Amino acid sequence: MSFYPICAEYSAAPLDERFAAISGEDVRRALAKTTLGAEDFFALISPAATPFLEEMAQKASQLTLQHFGRTIQLFTPLYLSNYCANHCVYCGFNALNDIPRTQLEPAQLEEEAKAIAATGLKHLLILTGEARTKASPEYLASCMDVLRKYFPSVSIEIYAMETDEYAALVKSGVDGLTIYQETYDETLYATLHPRGPKKDFRYRLDAPERGCQAGMRVVNVGALLGLGDWRRDAFITGMHGAYLQDRYPNVDISVSLPRMRPHAGEFQPQSIVSDRDMVQTMLAMRIFLPRLGITVSTRESAEFRENILPLGVTKMSAGVSTAVGGHSQDGDKVGQFDISDERSVAEMCAALRERGYQPVFKDWEPITDPEHEGAA
Amino acid sequence: MNEDIFEIGGLKLTNRLFTGTGKYADDAVIPGVCEASGSQVITVALRRVDLESDTGNVMDCIPKHMQLLPNTSGARTADEAVRIARLARAMGCGDWIKIEVISDNKYLLPDGYETAKATEILAKEGFVVLPYVNADLYVARACVDAGAAAVMPLGAPIGTNRGLKTREMVRILIDEIDLPIIVDAGIGRPSEACEAMEMGADACLVNTAIATASDPVMMARAFGRAVKAGREAYLSGPGAIHSHAVASSPLTGFLSEG
Repeated sequence: MSFYPICAEYSAAPLDERFAAISGEDVRRALAKTTLGAEDFFALISPAATPFLEEMAQKASQLTLQHFGRTIQLFTPLYLSNYCANHCVYCGFNALNDIPRTQLEPAQLEEEAKAIAATGLKHLLILTGEARTKASPEYLASCMDVLRKYFPSVSIEIYAMETDEYAALVKSGVDGLTIYQETYDETLYATLHPRGPKKDFRYRLDAPERGCQAGMRVVNVGALLGLGDWRRDAFITGMHGAYLQDRYPNVDISVSLPRMRPHAGEFQPQSIVSDRDMVQTMLAMRIFLPRLGITVSTRESAEFRENILPLGVTKMSAGVSTAVGGHSQDGDKVGQFDISDERSVAEMCAALRERGYQPVFKDWEPITDPEHEGAA
Repeated sequence: MNEDIFEIGGLKLTNRLFTGTGKYADDAVIPGVCEASGSQVITVALRRVDLESDTGNVMDCIPKHMQLLPNTSGARTADEAVRIARLARAMGCGDWIKIEVISDNKYLLPDGYETAKATEILAKEGFVVLPYVNADLYVARACVDAGAAAVMPLGAPIGTNRGLKTREMVRILIDEIDLPIIVDAGIGRPSEACEAMEMGADACLVNTAIATASDPVMMARAFGRAVKAGREAYLSGPGAIHSHAVASSPLTGFLSEG
């Protein structure tokens, strides 16, 4: 099984023409349905849906409240390593960028973990660049020995792996996988990833599915909106989520909706994704897949993140540093990208409560068996 | 009327509305919900319990007089449900456990086979086991055989507020199963909880409809009253429903004439 043939079919299809052919009536019909198909989702992503944003917002808001309540799950990223063999033209960790490279040693990791745990956060996302010899599967497993003590839930956002490597990480306590395709346009992908292991479009595209097969509880996909045509990428992201939901019903499928942000290097995004575009994308995703987790990061401004609370978002990062060692060490470090919402965890929680939302710190308990020691 | 006691797991309850702890904008509203509804049993997902937290622990918001009903939300198999139940007991959450085994995240429907398996293991370990199941006679019987303390059939898919969609199947469980039947999930309006109780359900568990109401405390009070009203209607023995007006004895009246 693979999403690749489906993705290839969409990539070859004249989606722009089809978007242009969608009418307001198609959008109304999609909005009236309880269960939406691919064609309905397509209509909600299309330009014809832009006059319907308020109606879409009402529906998305009601669905989000019903399925997730007035809660937002919080997490924070922890960058373990910024060594990278890839040449992704839009990324601050690009191998060609002249930045200090570093990787956390166990003692430093413990300091980072303590600093994050002190904020009350329980859900952690660990990240590395793509440097298998440095941030090896064994290194990651050793990191888990430290992190398990502080965090009941740890997800990874690292290079694409084999199924058995993912399974080994699950065994060491990792329960979630985040991996972005960046863009689902294979031709554009080739130009954006000219060198390095990440160049292999299909290997990366199939990684979320390998994660599902390896026993990950949560699998999070996404495109970096703005790299390519955002409507196409948003549509295929949703279809990727639906594909995984249909085939792996025991896995919580989520999407992230990151927009391009300034970073080290000179790449500028092809298309600008406006706030309206972002909102339309989120609403369409929620209405199409009501149980889908939707993650919004600190790439977005505090004001925007507060305004979208009722519209579909379920998880948010907080207290973020995108630099290795950024949680516990002083000094100017170079992050993967610049963040926009720089509020502390406490400030973020106060703002959520102010808006009538409960910040959820803990929503998982590792399933160990008190009668038989060790992780499940 | 004598006091209507609902006995379950060795506990004598005077209120038949079970409540929950999920989806609230602020857990601080939970004590108000318990008080307004009169509920004496509250379910909490073990996955959310954080005894070490100083940033907010749902357990701190649960009034001390409530019977805690930890649930195994997140379990995908019987084995995971069993482990979560044991963790709940080890963490001091008591011996009651609501078994939720769900391996379909799209519809969140319970897996009856795995649920019955977990029920059997945990009942043998002395837990008071309340399995959350589809309204299915065979699954319910399996849970009875496995040692459940009650059976909790869904009214509609969890969190949907769609009401008592499984009405006919729940009625069969009420008629055929000798354990308490607690309608759990899907009830969106007090009138629907009332209907379930009127049919003869022993109790209802309501979370989403209360937690996501604009005024959860007022909605909790409404549910408390609806459950009570439905119970009293059931106990009072309502008259049969007819589709047309009924004269006293139109066809056989002549037999008693003269």
